[in-house]
Amino acid sequence: MNFDKEFDASGLSCPLPILKTKKALADMASDQVLKVIATDSGAIKDMQAFADQTGNTLLSTDEANGSYTFYMKKK
Amino acid sequence: MTTKKMAIIATKGTLDMAYPPFILASTAAALGYEVQVFFTFYGLQLLRKDLSSVMISPLANPAMPMPIPMPVMVQMLPGMESMATMMMKQKLKKHGVASLQELRDLCLEAEVKFIACQMTVDLFEFDKSEFISECEYGGAATFMGFAGDTDICLFV
Repeated sequence: MNFDKEFDASGLSCPLPILKTKKALADMASDQVLKVIATDSGAIKDMQAFADQTGNTLLSTDEANGSYTFYMKKK
Repeated sequence: MTTKKMAIIATKGTLDMAYPPFILASTAAALGYEVQVFFTFYGLQLLRKDLSSVMISPLANPAMPMPIPMPVMVQMLPGMESMATMMMKQKLKKHGVASLQELRDLCLEAEVKFIACQMTVDLFEFDKSEFISECEYGGAATFMGFAGDTDICLFV
């Protein structure tokens, strides 16, 4: 999937992946896509909850070898 | 859509109990909430510029997981508190949990408002210069002014 910006939150625990996602989205334009990599298994539900509550769109969630990849489209 | 609001009353000053207010406040702010945290009694320790005195004690804390079972008589020994604090901090770091300082900075960056209880400052004769400059001082009525209109209000 194409993306405009990415960051790696591997090794970070709740709530850092969410807080850093929020920060990363701050200087992006509407409809741009952010790629986030995380290893916190709680992030699966939290990223969806973040999207639901902030109006951004979680395009996809993938898991491979204990690593999660999220694509979030800014509203 | 009107902005959602959350208010937290932070009354504890130990390392374990310092996390919930800062985690919830920073996360709520990231979700778009307007957040205020009222620090009272021992919670005021969390507003100190230097957070190194925020510790955890295994004493009278039977729920704290310990690497080896430790009798209360041993927990009472001098230095046990520092040791437990050091071990907890190492564990937090190993698991990628943010430090208190980091979470507090993230709160401030996200414009979480910190209110220090003026009565407690007077009661314990604290020196305001020891606290971070970002906090405001107020009393219960100041807090109610915000808390009365919130969606979430927590006592920690």
